Amino acid sequence: MTSQAKKLYLHLRWRWSIKKFLAELLEKRWMDAIIPFIVMVGVVLMFGLSVENYFSSESLAFTSRQFAETAFVALAMAITLISGGIDLSVGSMFALVNFLALFLTHIYKLPIAGVIAICLVAGITMGMFNGFLIGYMKTKAFLTTLVSMISIRALVRMLYLKHGTDIAMAGKIEPYESHVWDFLGEGFVFGIPSNVFVLMVIALVMHIFLTRSRHGWRVTAVGGGRRPARHVGIKVEKTVFFTYAVSGLLTAIGAIFYAARLHSAASETGVGLEILTLMAVVIGGVSISGGKGTPGRVLIGIIIVMVIMNALLRNGVGGALNAFIQGGILVIAIGFDVKWLKHLFEAIEKIYVVPTYMKIPKPPDPRPGSGSVFAFNSRLKDAESIGVDRVDGPEDVILDRNDCLYGCDRRGLIIRFSKDDFSKREIFANVGGRPLGMAFDAEDNLVVCVAGMGLYGVRPEGKVFKMTDETNRNWTRLRDDSRIRMADDCDIAADGKIYFSELTNRYEMDDWPIDAQEGRPNGRLICYDPVKGKTRTVVKDLVSPNGICISHDGHSVLIALTWLSKVIRYWIQGPKKGKVETVINTLPIYPDNINRASDGNYWLASVGLRTPAYDLAMEMTRFRIKMVKFVPRDEWLYPNVNWGCVLKFNEKGQVLDSLWDPKGIFVHVTSMREHKGYLYLGGLHANRIGRIRLDGANANWVGPEAYWGKK
Amino acid sequence: MVSKDQNSTTWSLDLFFKGGFKNITQEQIILLIAAVFFVFFAFAVKGFATFGNITIMMRNISVLGIFSIGMGTVVIAKGIDLSEVAVGAMSAAWVLQLATDGMNLGYAILLGVALALFLGGLNGYLIAFIEIPALFATLASGIYVFGFVRYFLLNNQENHFLPKADSAFLFVGQGKIIGIPTPIVIFAAVALLAHLFLRLTRHGRFFYAMGDNEDAARMTGISIRPMKIFQYSLCSLIGYLAALVMMGTTGSINVRIVSSTLIFDVVLVVVLGGISLIGGRGSVFSVIAGVLLVGIILNGMTLLHYTLPTQDLIKGIILLGAILLDTFLHPRDEETARQGDI
Repeated sequence: MTSQAKKLYLHLRWRWSIKKFLAELLEKRWMDAIIPFIVMVGVVLMFGLSVENYFSSESLAFTSRQFAETAFVALAMAITLISGGIDLSVGSMFALVNFLALFLTHIYKLPIAGVIAICLVAGITMGMFNGFLIGYMKTKAFLTTLVSMISIRALVRMLYLKHGTDIAMAGKIEPYESHVWDFLGEGFVFGIPSNVFVLMVIALVMHIFLTRSRHGWRVTAVGGGRRPARHVGIKVEKTVFFTYAVSGLLTAIGAIFYAARLHSAASETGVGLEILTLMAVVIGGVSISGGKGTPGRVLIGIIIVMVIMNALLRNGVGGALNAFIQGGILVIAIGFDVKWLKHLFEAIEKIYVVPTYMKIPKPPDPRPGSGSVFAFNSRLKDAESIGVDRVDGPEDVILDRNDCLYGCDRRGLIIRFSKDDFSKREIFANVGGRPLGMAFDAEDNLVVCVAGMGLYGVRPEGKVFKMTDETNRNWTRLRDDSRIRMADDCDIAADGKIYFSELTNRYEMDDWPIDAQEGRPNGRLICYDPVKGKTRTVVKDLVSPNGICISHDGHSVLIALTWLSKVIRYWIQGPKKGKVETVINTLPIYPDNINRASDGNYWLASVGLRTPAYDLAMEMTRFRIKMVKFVPRDEWLYPNVNWGCVLKFNEKGQVLDSLWDPKGIFVHVTSMREHKGYLYLGGLHANRIGRIRLDGANANWVGPEAYWGKK
Repeated sequence: MVSKDQNSTTWSLDLFFKGGFKNITQEQIILLIAAVFFVFFAFAVKGFATFGNITIMMRNISVLGIFSIGMGTVVIAKGIDLSEVAVGAMSAAWVLQLATDGMNLGYAILLGVALALFLGGLNGYLIAFIEIPALFATLASGIYVFGFVRYFLLNNQENHFLPKADSAFLFVGQGKIIGIPTPIVIFAAVALLAHLFLRLTRHGRFFYAMGDNEDAARMTGISIRPMKIFQYSLCSLIGYLAALVMMGTTGSINVRIVSSTLIFDVVLVVVLGGISLIGGRGSVFSVIAGVLLVGIILNGMTLLHYTLPTQDLIKGIILLGAILLDTFLHPRDEETARQGDI
């Protein structure tokens, strides 16, 4: 019973991890907004329940109108912060546009459309002025907009001295008559105050713009880093200029609503608005260092700030104490922002690799003289080399019906060698990414697994096309794993369905040995159906599924699990359809690709030799956790991956033969293909393709022909 | 200034400043402009070139100058202190409050020193340890310092007056030492001390080192964080001294000064004089040149009966010009510019 319980515990620990969950949680982009969101809910509940009639519809309508006007200004502030700048002149611009709107309506009595147009143009013009100085003249945003803040405020005061009383008088004697004007100030759309409605529309547009459009991405990119943005060819000056113009526009919209509601041309309108909005925006999770933030967060921030300010006002807190609280909140919010940004990535980095307990059965003895089929020999020593230094890292090699040899290349290429001695080298296709496993389909298209990209196809004439890069998402996991991260090897069933493995979806191609540290089921078997164009995950939670091969009878898929030193079978036809069973329980090596042999058996490549030390380390979880935590990455204990070998096994899982290369050129063999009596070898880090003559093999056997039939 | 490349034949502003007039510095140009303005106002504005006006002008210049020396030291180290006026004025106001409540003025002034040092040290802490950019930290602290001191330490009045019993203190603002108004003497003393400190002491040189390249300064072993706390404390202390002189001239402090544009006048003086916002440039002479020009312009505008908004507008335009000039002379290096350095 206790051993049962322990087994269950180990299994659960193998499958689930709080640390892993936390690392993936912190990686989520909405995590930046989750704290502000909780604060918002808390603040609204606290003040909403403590202040009487806070949620009465009248009070709400008033508050929400005020809220919307401020929110426009906050959006203006936010877009400049997101682009890596700041606009402190929003308060003054707000006052000027407000004054202008009232001046045009009350004194000049212009038609409403003209008033709105002039006001918007005025806002954009002021924004463009800032943008020109900051973007093109490269002055510092903070001081430049501080100067515009003083100058525009001075202008407002001068105008007020001249026309302030006229406007107030004109408003009283002969009010401005316009339905649109009244609607802007007091109207409702679907029961929502007009300005709140417009705010929602604009916030939505801005959200789509920032997160889904090319120009929005440029704004975020410039904010995230001017230098990299410039290096990738973004016109930084233009982008910065644009954001300030938008800032002016948004401020002007807010000011028009304000003017329509209050008809007050006071010279002190909008004083301190820049501090209020800056505070709101930073509290909402828009970073002052740029590149982070969405309108949603701005609205969260502005709700928090407005609720707090309202509550202070209602409790009679004004003037000095108010300033103290505002300044204090501002400093705390910015401090939190700085620290959050600084430590988030460190924290993720620290807890991302989560090793767990994994026990692999003891391997058969491969030492010479042990009498086992695995006993070392040097049969691969005599392999000939093809294309030395003309192909870089052929993880997989394949031959077509015309005896051409294909090797994938680290640089994202498929290299083709032709003629009898493979002396002619050409670039067959440039697929990009890191091409790995390959297979020919019935139409002689080359199907390629590309790490970092997905599953791609190459037509016989060399044209590359995408097959799939997405599968169904595993909803029990926090991270969205629908994107295929590291497709590794593939094979095609008789009905055309392509089965391929994803080694791990927690690490990139370069970090694949780190996946070995975890010993977690991070991989899966995916099936792509070209007829329906659908991709489904068929077996999830596999430990490092690597080589894929359809069995000779076409009824099952053989899967090599590298770090488990195991080969399993997934039935796709017959009575056991959908079941998984073990073919080879344990091996002395880490298996890689599997391919069919001419005699009805299978070839299995070995990426490295298991060592007792590493096997032990896999059982010592705590040891590995400490190693990951305290030792630099390049000093970790890694599995031995420099001992090349090819095995042959039969349908029942019995290993029949082994070909070793203890000191050879192939530090590790990741793939092999039999073709016309020869075995062709590829290696992930090799600079050539190897070939060795097989005694007694069928000298006419061609892989695609044997599988798909003659053409 | 860097010597110019002798092979360069292209005519540029660079050449103009560094080659054509090799020995002319920005301070000298500003001084020249100040002299032109002085002569111009002397002829054009009635009552400018009188002894009384010039004395008043020199007093105002002194207060502005002391503030600017505090700001200048921080800007040399690539920081900025937008809360200098707030910290100085509010500490001085607290001194008056304590004196009004019956405390000995001497003790009150010492307590004021402690408050200014504390608030300046807090600025430094926020900037050095929490790593908030100086602009944001001091923008916020200007607000909370005002709120904190006014709400917790002062009574509800806007104006705080020097008690009659302590009127001897007015000597600081209105008295004369060997025929020279005391504020000018104090300004000269502060300027001299600051100059000696920046030029001759190890820590003064560290200000320039930090301003030039903070990373390099840290790698050579300068304790950047304690130095920052020191810098902001020093700036607050000098600001407090300036506020005391201001208090001595009028016998009162109005807390409204915090939300006035005085702090921008200070930034204007510093940038105009040639202490670049890029850090590591300029000296006390820059402050003197800047403050003379700004003081003359402010005085002239007041005599011309320009309204305050008009003055603000003109100052804004001049400050913009100064920032543009600064950007032109010391362009931002896009390759090494830091994130958040806005």
